[in-house]
Amino acid sequence: MAKPAEAVKTSYQGQMHLLQKDMMGRYFERVTRCAEQGEGKAVYMLISGNPVELVQAFDLVPVYPEIDALQLAVKKAALPFIQKAEEIGYSMDNCAYVKADVGMFLGDRKTPFATIPLPSLILCNYVGCNVYLQWFEHLAEYCDGELYNLDIPFLRDPSGKPTKADVDYVVRQLEEVIEVLERLSGKKLDWAKLKRIVALSSETGELWSKIKALTKNVPTPYDAYFDSVTMMAPLYCLRGTEDGLKFFQTALKEMEEKVQMGAGPLPEERFRFVIEGPPPWPYLRTFRDLFSKWGAVAVASTYSTVGGLWEFGFKHDPNRPLESIAEHMLEWNVTNRNFLQRYQQIRRYLEEWSADALVIHSVKSCRLFSAGQGDMREYFTKELNVPTLLIESDIEDPRYFSEAQLKNRIDAFFESLEHQKLVRQTKAAGGKA
Amino acid sequence: MIYAAGIDVGSTQTKGIILNQDREIVARALIMTGANVTRAGVNCFNEALKLAGLEREQVAYIVGTGYGRYKVTFGDAQITEISCHARGASFLFPNTRTVIDMGGQDAKGIHIGADGDVKDFVMNDKCAAGTGRFLGSAAEALLLDLDDLGPLALKAKNPVRLTTVCTVFVESDIMSYLAQNKKVEDILGGVHSAIAARTISLVRRVGIEPEVTFTGGVSRNIGMVQALEAKLGMKVNVSPDSHYVGALGAAIFALERAVTAIGEREKTAGVEAGPHA
Repeated sequence: MAKPAEAVKTSYQGQMHLLQKDMMGRYFERVTRCAEQGEGKAVYMLISGNPVELVQAFDLVPVYPEIDALQLAVKKAALPFIQKAEEIGYSMDNCAYVKADVGMFLGDRKTPFATIPLPSLILCNYVGCNVYLQWFEHLAEYCDGELYNLDIPFLRDPSGKPTKADVDYVVRQLEEVIEVLERLSGKKLDWAKLKRIVALSSETGELWSKIKALTKNVPTPYDAYFDSVTMMAPLYCLRGTEDGLKFFQTALKEMEEKVQMGAGPLPEERFRFVIEGPPPWPYLRTFRDLFSKWGAVAVASTYSTVGGLWEFGFKHDPNRPLESIAEHMLEWNVTNRNFLQRYQQIRRYLEEWSADALVIHSVKSCRLFSAGQGDMREYFTKELNVPTLLIESDIEDPRYFSEAQLKNRIDAFFESLEHQKLVRQTKAAGGKA
Repeated sequence: MIYAAGIDVGSTQTKGIILNQDREIVARALIMTGANVTRAGVNCFNEALKLAGLEREQVAYIVGTGYGRYKVTFGDAQITEISCHARGASFLFPNTRTVIDMGGQDAKGIHIGADGDVKDFVMNDKCAAGTGRFLGSAAEALLLDLDDLGPLALKAKNPVRLTTVCTVFVESDIMSYLAQNKKVEDILGGVHSAIAARTISLVRRVGIEPEVTFTGGVSRNIGMVQALEAKLGMKVNVSPDSHYVGALGAAIFALERAVTAIGEREKTAGVEAGPHA
């Protein structure tokens, strides 16, 4: 058993990171101008399979309360808002994204990164989570914003395909949403513009899926969990814009160069893992270092497919704008998929991305998505013989992060993987383990 | 003679073991961890040295384990208690395939392959339900000494069904049974049975394959040994050293490294002194 290496601080900040900072900075400036100067109207949406193309087509400002909540957590500003929500009756067990956002929403909506505008439309585009549905209903209670609930049928067929009736049902609702957006913006939908936006989305999705395929390389050019989150914000906030496209062109070029140079995010790639579940935002860096110190890097993550799953062939189609938006919402995001599909997705990552192990990060305040993870762990360890580590903390609430416990589990996991690797190498070399 | 030490800094107690090169235990030390984790490690090691009649310099290699392993600053390496418990349990009982470890705040299950390596492990989450701390709370509620719990629990005729394994709420649960005039031994029978059930359901996640070896501080409790055996329907290995298994495993790792390091040094020295020197 080798001695664990000293913690490796990952300080890589490439062009992609700088561009992201600049573009997201401008996005938050736009959000702030909307809040403070009444410039434009805000549409709140959820990340899961978001139909941002429609919002862009009307030049409205897309605002994602989940992104606001996670930014609060990253800036270590979430706890007072969580506590405020608890004071007014939200339970300790309630989703901490909801509490942080509600606590912030009920104040002056000033945050360390932007002033959040009141919504003109609260577009609940995901109903797979009942808590999320109620979150948007609560926000509608707390302000004058109009609420529209899109009812997106969950993928219940074992084949994992939506039916034609499912697609038609969602398209019909999107047409209603268009009527609402026309009324709010005071202008008719420009179909040619929507098609251009959908074409941009299509191109962006293709670039993103190329970027994701690059992590099949050894070493992987970037960490598919910790660095993917840098690319996810532009994917949701800027998809369907020229800026968004430029970002992904730059990112692809940079990552291809890294592959050429054989450069990775760590000095040495010793373990490749697939990770399921969102990260603990309040302690992102600490969490990353717990893996980096073992030379462990994520080569694929299910979290990066919450807003959309592009790497398995999906593309928006400008010739079928509403249908392809509906397909994105129904089928091509991990959150609307059934558990067997989630298993298959992870399995493909493990096999096609040549990973050594699976790590499941379970979220304490999200029972909905964490509930089946015990079975998931069992499936991968017992059926597929994949070393699997299940750990738990929270996406938002710093009170659920116990570094000593996480460190203990992560250390033990990689300690035994390292030992097994050593035994295999010794055997391969014809020696005695 | 080569000596090596393992220091297991647990949340409640710190355990130390010194082995000689024949893998014989020459000292066992046990102290309360307390607030100063670094000092606990040092004190425990000094105590073990005293018991072994050794000087610090005579110990060639030290491995720290347990929650406080990174505070064993005088140690040569740190290894998690999962690896150490697996190693120690296999040393005491070579046919061990499953380790059930119950410590002060942790309960864990380790699945060991036929080659003696850790195949899988599972630990309790951020909750001390069903750990040693739960027994501590029960003892406090009943004004009993921790060591008396097991023997008393064995006398239970009609063990109660506890509605909670929550370490915080167990006291009020016990109070309510006392108010119903339930016998102390029946309450304790219920306490042990509840923890055994909770721990077994945790360990089942990695699969329970015989032989099962029970380690950690709670393994000294005969009531818990029997409760586990009754629920598992199989015999559970327990050694008088079960409490020290983490430290023992750490000491075995330390000894192996010491022997390797000394062997390499001699080899190098041998080359230097060889005919071409």
